[in-house]
Amino acid sequence: MSGHSPDEIHQEVRKYFMVFGALAVLTGVTVGVSYLDLTSGLAITLAMIIATVKGSLVAGYFMHLLDEKKLIYSILLLTLAFFVVLMGLPAGTIADTTGEPIHGAAPASPAEH
Amino acid sequence: MDIPYTVEPRPDTGLYNAKLGIWLFLASEVMLFGALFSSYILLRTSDPNWYHADLNVPMATLNTMFLITSSVTVVLAWASLRLNNYAKFKLYGILTFLLATAFMVVKGFEYNSEFTHGLYPATNNFMAVYFTMTGLHGLHVLGGMIVIAYLLGPGAKMWNTAPERFTNRVETFGLYWHFVDLVWIFLFPALYLL
Repeated sequence: MSGHSPDEIHQEVRKYFMVFGALAVLTGVTVGVSYLDLTSGLAITLAMIIATVKGSLVAGYFMHLLDEKKLIYSILLLTLAFFVVLMGLPAGTIADTTGEPIHGAAPASPAEH
Repeated sequence: MDIPYTVEPRPDTGLYNAKLGIWLFLASEVMLFGALFSSYILLRTSDPNWYHADLNVPMATLNTMFLITSSVTVVLAWASLRLNNYAKFKLYGILTFLLATAFMVVKGFEYNSEFTHGLYPATNNFMAVYFTMTGLHGLHVLGGMIVIAYLLGPGAKMWNTAPERFTNRVETFGLYWHFVDLVWIFLFPALYLL
């Protein structure tokens, strides 16, 4: 954290309030968008974009990631890489079963042996 | 023996040790919640007859506001200590604790209403995902409440003996608390709205 003089800290506090305002408005937008009659693909995309913006505000300002040491960025970059792989796993499973549901409908007829 | 680098940054990392420690912990937390999100995506996208309960959106929106507000109060508590204003730290700390309590109370009402409607973790995959993810998140809120209660109670003595170290403890707690808020920011639309 760079700012240490009282003036700088007061300036940070003002920023925190602005971020709070933005988060409150974006929460309203998320809920509002969910009441629109959107296709599920568009609804998911919009909701995740808004959540990502909100998350970035929290991480950037409240967790002061906008002004942090290099080592923390390195740790988070590594975490991000693993996280992306983790989120990609379901896609891999779907590709593997060529779009067939892995549960839900029972097989039409069991093989007779 | 004194614990090293509680205040001054370690030369090779440029950080005091607790800060590096909490970030490593949060990195592992990203993977913990990430695994559950990933499982949710897998279960949901592979089930053509996905059941989705109509959860209580107004209550969850209220809870979102409680957590966002508590993120502000915790960062203000930390700023107050840096400004040498212990009284304000106490005020913002107590507010943080109260907001966390309010979150848990609302969550309790929600769970209660779901149980009375016969919705349990075993009811279907959606309810299983919902209770697992919000339950784990709720445990994190509870853990945070214990820590802030300690920092306001017996742990507050450190302010008189090692104020900078105490300020760093509050910053470290804040980082954890913002992460709990961040997880909820994604849980809320993923479970309630989509």
